[in-house]
Amino acid sequence: MKLTLEIWRQKDANDKGHFETYELDNVSSHMSFLEMLDVLNQELIEKGEEPVAFDHDCREAICGTCGFVINGVAHGHMKRNTVCQLHMRTFKDGDHLVLEPWRAKAFPMVRDLIVDRSAFERIQRAGGYISARTGSAPDANSILIPKEQAEAALDFAECIGCGACVASCPNGAAMLFVGARIAHLGFLPQGQPERAERAKAMVAAMEQEGFGACTNYTSCEATCPKGVSIVGIAKMNKDYFNAKLFGGGNLGGKE
Amino acid sequence: MKLEAKIPSGPLADKWTEYKAHTALVSPANKRKHTILIVGTGLAGGGAAAALGELGYKVKAFCYQDSARRAHSIAAQGGINAAKNYQNDGDTVFRLFYDTIKGGDFRAREANTYRLAEISNEIIDQCVAQGVPFGREYSGYLANRTFGGAQVSRTFYARGETGQQLLLGAYNSLNAQVNAGNVDVFERTEMLDLIVIDGVARGIVVRDMVSGEVSSHFGDAVLLCTGGYSNVFFLSTSAKGCNGSALWRAYKRGAAFANPSFTQIHPTAIPQSGDFQSKLTLMSESLRNDGRVWVPKKAGDDRPPNQIPEDERDYYLERIYPSFGNMVPRDVASRNAKNVCDEGRGIGPTKRGVYLDFAVAIERLGVDVIKDRYGNLFEMYEMINDEDPYETPMMIYPAPHYTMGGLWVDYDLMSTIPGLFVLGEANFSDHGANRLGASALMQGLADGFFVIPNTLGQYIAKGKHPEVDPNCDEVRKVEQDAKDFNQKLLDIKGSKTVDYFHRAMGMIMLDKCGMARSKEGLNEAIEKIGKLKEEFWADVKVPGTGESLNQELEKAGRVADYFDLAILMCLDAREREESCGGHFREEHKTEEGEARRDDENFCHVTVWEHMGEDQAPQAHKEELEFEYVELTQRSYK
Ligand SMILES: Cc1cc2nc3c(=O)[nH]c(=O)nc-3n(C[C@H](O)[C@H](O)[C@H](O)COP(=O)(O)OP(=O)(O)OC[C@H]3O[C@@H](n4cnc5c(N)ncnc54)[C@H](O)[C@@H]3O)c2cc1C
Ligand code: FES
Repeated sequence: MKLTLEIWRQKDANDKGHFETYELDNVSSHMSFLEMLDVLNQELIEKGEEPVAFDHDCREAICGTCGFVINGVAHGHMKRNTVCQLHMRTFKDGDHLVLEPWRAKAFPMVRDLIVDRSAFERIQRAGGYISARTGSAPDANSILIPKEQAEAALDFAECIGCGACVASCPNGAAMLFVGARIAHLGFLPQGQPERAERAKAMVAAMEQEGFGACTNYTSCEATCPKGVSIVGIAKMNKDYFNAKLFGGGNLGGKE
Repeated sequence: MKLEAKIPSGPLADKWTEYKAHTALVSPANKRKHTILIVGTGLAGGGAAAALGELGYKVKAFCYQDSARRAHSIAAQGGINAAKNYQNDGDTVFRLFYDTIKGGDFRAREANTYRLAEISNEIIDQCVAQGVPFGREYSGYLANRTFGGAQVSRTFYARGETGQQLLLGAYNSLNAQVNAGNVDVFERTEMLDLIVIDGVARGIVVRDMVSGEVSSHFGDAVLLCTGGYSNVFFLSTSAKGCNGSALWRAYKRGAAFANPSFTQIHPTAIPQSGDFQSKLTLMSESLRNDGRVWVPKKAGDDRPPNQIPEDERDYYLERIYPSFGNMVPRDVASRNAKNVCDEGRGIGPTKRGVYLDFAVAIERLGVDVIKDRYGNLFEMYEMINDEDPYETPMMIYPAPHYTMGGLWVDYDLMSTIPGLFVLGEANFSDHGANRLGASALMQGLADGFFVIPNTLGQYIAKGKHPEVDPNCDEVRKVEQDAKDFNQKLLDIKGSKTVDYFHRAMGMIMLDKCGMARSKEGLNEAIEKIGKLKEEFWADVKVPGTGESLNQELEKAGRVADYFDLAILMCLDAREREESCGGHFREEHKTEEGEARRDDENFCHVTVWEHMGEDQAPQAHKEELEFEYVELTQRSYK
């Protein structure tokens, strides 16, 4: 099939950036979206032009490295997908596709379709963990966790940290990402002692990074490649307000 | 070159305990004075950074991704082994050790493998404490599944995303140490070279992958935790950025390379679908718990799978290996898939594929149970192949997946360069000639969280570690070499892309140094790759400059190293005149076509020393001694 690609080109953070249009022939329906871009890049290099820079690594929808906006939708039109697992058979001959990087105040531009997501790092470092000193753990089966509870934790732990939630939120909020981590650890008995501190620290870091507020658009949930639920946001808010109201320590309450 | 494995004396089961009891320690106040450089943030590197940070060392960790959490450990699917014996099915530390040694076809060190099995239980405890949501029974106890090469159920898992969950556990521990001020992480930073001063590893040269700036970092020890080099085959289950460059550049500075040709071709990946293909996607080995592997009995049978009646199907693994059936180790499963395809019985558009069929399991257990076990893998398969594996059998074919070979290390995980340690998939130590499923995650976490914190102290405590002068000649030279190397690539301005060369090399390697090897084929490969390498250095086209983000330049550097590594792999495969594990030499097989080992002449590790740019490398041997296991012909029948 034949495609018209309108791609955001920007040399670095200081460059203004602009759209460039490319025509691509002979796209096979077996290709993944990134393989299609590989082909485009090979052509550009051979012609003496600079290839389009885009982030990617595992190409298996698990590392969270890839991601850009296709025709206004983060990771493209297929639900629960990343661009590396988006397949060309879901497009038609003659399609016109506009490719843009994640656009959010908290994600500065790096180049072309690549942005700087280090704000996520700083939020996770602020407290998104359980402090478990190596060597001090009790026997694994001494902590019993009902199956549904472990599965619920895993549903949130599946977040790949790609940033699609931020990119698709009209406010540029990172609540789904932060909520996912808080819910993952909050569902587990091991996560209880630091639950209040974690919520306070992560929310404070998030606000400092310049992410927007949540006004319930829910577009984050709709584009999340792992289908992470906005219930995580509710859990985050609850933990945060309880922590603020009642101070640190164990928040108690069964989930 | 002296190869001292430094294996502690005493009974196998006591070695590690005794070692820990007598090893030199560094006082808490002094640890702070020592900087440790860790390249890689996967399970091995991330674990090491967290654990050493907890101990109070000053740690700097580096990765090429934009987050430590994206290291390729994230992609591991199936699970992690431990000898917990929670199933009461007869598992012990010795049995896990034995299965691993046997699975590796008796080409690994007893002491290292035993230590790995011993630590396995602590790992599971630690991961649960970190908040890893492993699969559980309704009772709340941990669940297990079975993996290849074992007759017990000892694999812990989190759906088909075990690696992701384990890495997030390690990453969280790492973050706690960053927050505590003990660890600095440098993302999008690629190691270009190793700084060796007075014969000791003292630093690394890195490139900031956004600004292109080349700079150096210094420390009292360097840990390479950079993963495997399966991408030498171009198509593999590795992430696109996985590379052998950190290892290769350390090799050129004096770190010996052990068993470079020992690679694992995993039996269950999605077959290649076209020439544009950029990588191969794994379908976890755990699927063989419930999936049955078959091909049509007749060559050239083109009927769709559901129209081929039972008695015209060949469940060849069950037929040839009745006691292990579909759960034979990977090397055996892969080789048999290749054989049936070579016989013309392969399926799918390219005829390089076999079926993995879940019909019986679905009938027995119901769709819900299968969905619960493998839901995300089935989804991934459907996404890629546009076929529903609940309805039609999966098509699979072997794919390069793991490298057992790596830099040589002693019991302390130190390479032949003092102060340079190698952890995880990057070293050679625990898996011999074939790795059993669910044992790489175990090794990464063992090396990072539990081994290095105990073995590094010895080196730090006993040495002097004077401060490095950042302007000394040695540092200047290595930095300049690294810059020149990149500039040379940019200056070629030829006509062919980096990918063109990488693909061409990969095809030669897969054909001649893959699932089956022969002297003739290896000679041919060495010659062809040598020519291709020359052509690369004369005609590759790397656009852009070194002073900005340049993904083609990154790739070009990696591929340049892969040429040399590929040749070393072929030399190593040619040198080893026997078949063992994943190394199958056509000339050395039993009458039934199984691998024929030669314990008399090849019960050793081949350790290669770099002798200079245009010199042939020199092969050394570390003899393997087996005190606790009897070397038998591996049989899974
Ligand atoms: C698809 C797949 C599924 C798997 N499933 C399983 C399984 O179920 N069970 C199991 O036990 N094993 C499995 N494995 C194997 C296992 O995942 C790996 O062997 C293991 O995770 C490797 O961990 P590591 O820490 O050694 O390296 P990695 O996790 O690969 O980390 C390498 C690190 O090094 C960094 N790095 C590399 N080169 C450089 C450089 N030049 N400069 C700076 N940084 C660098 C990277 O950024 C990264 O941080 C699987 C592997 C794959 C590919
Ligand atoms: S490249 Fe890893 S999620 Fe897409």
